[in-house]
Amino acid sequence: MENHSYVITRKEKLANSIYLMDVKAPRVASHCYPGQFIILIVDEKGERIPLTICDYDREEGTVTIVFQALGPSTKLMAEYEVGDAFRDFTGPLGQKSVLIDMPQEELRQKNVLFVAGGVGTAPVYPQVKWMKEKGYDVDCIIGARNKELIILEEPMKKYAKNVYITTDDGSYGMKGNVNDAIKDLINNKGKKYDIIVAIGPMIMMKYVCILTKELGIKTIVSMNPIMVDGTGMCGACRLTIGDTIKFACVDGPEFDGHLVNFDEAMNRLSMYKTEEGKKHLREKEGETHHHKGCQCHDE
Amino acid sequence: MDILKKVPIREQDPSVRVNNFEEVCLGYTIDEAMEEGLRCIQCKNPRCVKGCPVSIDIPGFIKEIVNNNFKDAYEVINKYSALPAVCGRVCPQESQCEEVCIRGIKGEPVAIGKLERFVADWARENNILPKPPQNKNGRKVAIIGSGPAGITCAGEMAKYGYDVTIFEALHEPGGVLVYGIPEFRLPKEKVVKPEIENVKSLGVKIETNVIVGKSVTIDELLDEEGYEAVFIASGAGLPKFMGIPGENANGVFSANEYLTRSNLMKAFDEDYDTPIITGERVAVVGGGNVAMDAARTAVRLGAKVTIVYRRSESELPARTEEVHHAKEEGIEFMFLTNPKEILVDDKGWVKGMKCVRMDLGDEDSTGRRRPIEIEGTEFIIDVDSVIMSLGTSPNPLISSTTKGLETNRYQCIVADDETGMTSREGVFAGGDAVTGSATVILAMGAGKAAAKAMNQYILSKNS
Ligand SMILES: Cc1cc2nc3c(=O)[nH]c(=O)nc-3n(C[C@H](O)[C@H](O)[C@H](O)COP(=O)(O)OP(=O)(O)OC[C@H]3O[C@@H](n4cnc5c(N)ncnc54)[C@H](O)[C@@H]3O)c2cc1C
Ligand SMILES: Cc1cc2nc3c(=O)[nH]c(=O)nc-3n(C[C@H](O)[C@H](O)[C@H](O)COP(=O)(O)OP(=O)(O)OC[C@H]3O[C@@H](n4cnc5c(N)ncnc54)[C@H](O)[C@@H]3O)c2cc1C
Ligand code: SF4
Ligand code: SF4
Ligand code: FES
Repeated sequence: MENHSYVITRKEKLANSIYLMDVKAPRVASHCYPGQFIILIVDEKGERIPLTICDYDREEGTVTIVFQALGPSTKLMAEYEVGDAFRDFTGPLGQKSVLIDMPQEELRQKNVLFVAGGVGTAPVYPQVKWMKEKGYDVDCIIGARNKELIILEEPMKKYAKNVYITTDDGSYGMKGNVNDAIKDLINNKGKKYDIIVAIGPMIMMKYVCILTKELGIKTIVSMNPIMVDGTGMCGACRLTIGDTIKFACVDGPEFDGHLVNFDEAMNRLSMYKTEEGKKHLREKEGETHHHKGCQCHDE
Repeated sequence: MDILKKVPIREQDPSVRVNNFEEVCLGYTIDEAMEEGLRCIQCKNPRCVKGCPVSIDIPGFIKEIVNNNFKDAYEVINKYSALPAVCGRVCPQESQCEEVCIRGIKGEPVAIGKLERFVADWARENNILPKPPQNKNGRKVAIIGSGPAGITCAGEMAKYGYDVTIFEALHEPGGVLVYGIPEFRLPKEKVVKPEIENVKSLGVKIETNVIVGKSVTIDELLDEEGYEAVFIASGAGLPKFMGIPGENANGVFSANEYLTRSNLMKAFDEDYDTPIITGERVAVVGGGNVAMDAARTAVRLGAKVTIVYRRSESELPARTEEVHHAKEEGIEFMFLTNPKEILVDDKGWVKGMKCVRMDLGDEDSTGRRRPIEIEGTEFIIDVDSVIMSLGTSPNPLISSTTKGLETNRYQCIVADDETGMTSREGVFAGGDAVTGSATVILAMGAGKAAAKAMNQYILSKNS
């Protein structure tokens, strides 16, 4: 292996457990587009962690990622500081956003609404930015459990025509979930949308899709199933889309939300996470799961 | 000593090895190797050489073993093969060099593979390295993929004097040798890494984490980065599924996922982060080398394993040695059986597999008898995990991003048998990416042939 140096050039804490980082990765930065993702490996013994591309700077050769430190791998990432380097960083993986390949004339006629949930705001951001740079005005809803978890509000406002905030507990913006916000815009504010791009937790995307199907609005979602290689080699990321099987890492991660079998996808996502899943994991003979000492999952 | 029989090879006892990931076969000692070498009668017209896809001078290296010149033996092999420690371990010798060995007519053939392995292991233990190339010509060539085809082509091109860079999508070089074939059959640190280091010692650069077609395109490599030719050796990694109900339940994996988690991501080692679900009762569907590897990995992770295969034992495509090892390790075989449905519990996990009995009908286009379902024979086997090992096809990533590259209906890249030349000028291809899943040695043979053709192509272009 040549000596790559995937050095962290910027680190910001966006919320309690949500971090933003710029990482030096010129080959990725020179070829990536909104909608795609990368895979990084923290250290010698780490897993391959898929993360959506949040922004990129082709000149600087850097890629921006935003992640929530939840489990052992992402918590370890959070311990890394500017100047440190990740062992591996590869991409861009997956297809670019559907909007990017859409013919300009067609896109010009569409009213587009972005719906971002939690850390899902990160992958929404580059798409909104791209739209603005190409001259399209879009609306964006950012939803989270509470005020503290609303991220990227200021940068988003730079590029979206309107940004609407909703929180489950009403600590900021409108009280309610993103569906309440969508309904409010359409029913009370006279908005009309032709395309909705919804990115967030699978459960959120599922319910947005149920609503938009009723409303008859085409909806694009970005799926984040469990992945191993991210290059189409293992099939771990397979999803049922309509009546075909697709690999999220090569065919996606974006799909027509009305065709996604969310229940199956959520079930598969739980494979290594739930109690049910952990029972199926190999007994670790009293050893901790993680070499840094597992701080047990706090979910 | 019985001259008709091979000198027996020492192996880890089955009851011990099911609890570890150490290599099963322990290899010959110096004395054993010399003794086995004496069984070779040094044919004037050696049939064995014709059976070897890269035509290793087999009597030539065996003679050096017998004469106690192991270094010379290594040099003989090295003229033909860049990965002898690998091939000596995983080549299907019984259907190649050893199948036609004259000794095999009356008795057992010479243990050519084991002797090759002995020489390669001895060279490594004694730090014998291949000779670095004399003259550099300063011309750049790119190789895509670091499996056996890519590694071999790179080594050959370096010997011709080229400045060679391999681009590898994953974080470790080696292709199937690191992500697919398990540790207990092909040790990674001990065998694969040093063979890759050998190629690097010839001056070959390996850039990992580059997905050609995504991180960079072939057009850019040729037009912008100054490579004069490209060799595509991207393998055939895309797994197939059956398309039966329940296949997306939790606890159903492709063999590639299972093996990648265990090998490449080292889930078997507690120090590593990657989780692996083992299950207590595992069914492996399929009968090839990959199925055997998945089954034997599952045994080592503590499961009770059944291999479900739709044809009969004599059609098993896996190597006989592997089938034999699998049986020794307590793996059960269910022949003439095909899955119909995977049964799922209310939490979404596998709780059983519905199968049907099969019968063999007429020969199909591959010359094998076609399996046919016997109606009304459905039954359920009690399993909590299923590993699908139904074969793989080439990944369309490169063909879909390279202009003018012809592929066939199996997604395989179309390339000339002799030269590896594709429909696109300056682009060559070989190994599993062209043939579909085959063998290590065939991939190496293709890499070698393509190197020769690439050298000629570049010379004629510049003359
Ligand atoms: C295409 C894609 C894009 C993503 N983008 C982002 C992003 O921009 N920001 C972000 O914070 N997260 C993102 N994720 C999710 C992120 O990869 C997981 O949160 C992370 O792998 C969890 O690791 P952990 O050990 O910290 O967490 P844990 O929750 O402890 O995970 C336990 C185990 O489950 C597996 N796992 C759990 N969830 C996932 C998952 N979604 N994907 C793959 N493996 C998983 C891992 O093997 C892990 O060891 C994305 C996932 C995908 C597939
Ligand atoms: C589990 C298993 C067991 C096997 N057992 C045996 C055995 O006992 N004996 C035997 O002879 N054969 C065996 N085989 C088959 C043998 O391993 C293959 O035929 C051989 O490895 C093919 O070599 P290759 O170089 O063509 O491809 P591969 O070894 O598949 O290597 C291809 C490489 O290219 C990389 N790549 C793919 N796409 C890209 C891209 N776009 N950009 C950059 N890199 C890319 C891949 O990551 C991979 O590293 C086995 C295979 C498997 C899966
Ligand atoms: S490379 Fe394979 S076929 Fe050739 S001599 Fe060695 S074991 Fe036999
Ligand atoms: S055919 Fe057998 S006996 Fe003859 S040279 Fe080859 S290995 Fe030796
Ligand atoms: S992550 Fe392995 S095929 Fe998609």
